Amino acid sequence: MLTKRIIACLDVDDGRVVKGVQFVDLRDAGDPAELAKRHSDSGADEIVLLDISAAHQRRATLLDTVRRTAKQLFIPFTVGGGIRTLKDAARVFSSGADKISINSAALATPDLITEIAERFGSQAVVVAIDAKRHNESWQAFTHGGRNSSGRDALEWALEAEARGAGEILLTSMDRDGTASGFDCDLTRTIADRLNIPVIASGGAGGARHFSEVFRDGHADAALAASIFHYGLSSLGDLKRQLADEGIPVRWPC
Amino acid sequence: MIAIVDYGAGNLVSVKKALDWLGQQSVITSDPALVRQSAKIVLPGVGNFASTAALVTSGLQDAIRDSIGRDVPFLGICVGMQWMFAGSTESPATLGLNLFPGKCVRFPATVKSPHVGWNQIEISSTSRLFRGLSTTPYVYFTHSYHAPVNDSTVACCEYGGKFSAAVERDLLFGVQFHPEKSGETGLRLLANFCAI
Repeated sequence: MLTKRIIACLDVDDGRVVKGVQFVDLRDAGDPAELAKRHSDSGADEIVLLDISAAHQRRATLLDTVRRTAKQLFIPFTVGGGIRTLKDAARVFSSGADKISINSAALATPDLITEIAERFGSQAVVVAIDAKRHNESWQAFTHGGRNSSGRDALEWALEAEARGAGEILLTSMDRDGTASGFDCDLTRTIADRLNIPVIASGGAGGARHFSEVFRDGHADAALAASIFHYGLSSLGDLKRQLADEGIPVRWPC
Repeated sequence: MIAIVDYGAGNLVSVKKALDWLGQQSVITSDPALVRQSAKIVLPGVGNFASTAALVTSGLQDAIRDSIGRDVPFLGICVGMQWMFAGSTESPATLGLNLFPGKCVRFPATVKSPHVGWNQIEISSTSRLFRGLSTTPYVYFTHSYHAPVNDSTVACCEYGGKFSAAVERDLLFGVQFHPEKSGETGLRLLANFCAI
């Protein structure tokens, strides 16, 4: 049976992981390559590296980080943050990423989705949508959740799929950082209408939240950055709990 | 030297990286002469079946056929495996190598397509490719079309029905999933191929 994926996310600023999991015995808890490897070893199904550096001059650092991280990683590896052109994407791919994630740039230039999909395949294009509740629906936000795009999140997700996106990374702005659980309404609303996988993000605080978003939110995958801060000792423990609840997960790996 | 055949379809870096990790000498090449000289051939591929048409026009198809005729071990990955069949309904005008019978078809509308993620496969005990692995490992898939089950199927997967996750006959090997993205299981499989 196709399993539900648990995706570990590393937020990186200037080549360093800025929040998220801290392993006690790491030589360097801020090194993305070391953390990614550790996540992979402990059962993560995929790694997402999000570059949150503000300055564009740091791109060289990012590509070096991607290269070092990819070198010892043999599970799917997605890189997002600051990819605005096909050329940007090509550089990230040739540094070893399997997929790129685009958000603001896709909303500004929807053709970018198609361009990258035609060159590298749809499976390599993840469109990230930051959604915030607005009355009975959700709006897509850009620039790390600062600006509203004025677009309805569901309508934008459908357009992204039609333009060649291979997956949607759906973050609930309302839940992000709250540890109060994923937004199952939002996730289900989008996942039920799309034919491509939807990755739920924002709000993970415990194993229960993952089973909720898989069962009630109909998510294909769930992403979290800092789950271990909330009482889960390891990714393996999370997967074991999900397996005990009857959720299909890759366990033991 | 292992040739990783480059015909402009997708990203070959990850396959190269996995072979590097295993300490295997490999080269990404679109040169038919280099493919002919190689001790083993890997044909990766993502995207559309139509992209394999470039193998014909570039002379790579002839080079691959010659090598297969000389018993050079061959591994097709994803669309590279599909190309070993007669063809695919994804691009009816594009012919495959017809090393295995049947055509690749799209998943039924009852399941989401593409099939993306880790799925469990069932392995036949006689497979050389899966030697030393558990009988039901998890591997990473990403594809919308799949190959039929036939006499050469050595691994089956269930998604909207049963399909061929891997085929194997003599020195011909094909896998629908991505061994280079399937963790330890995938690395073990690639090591087995390299050791053949």
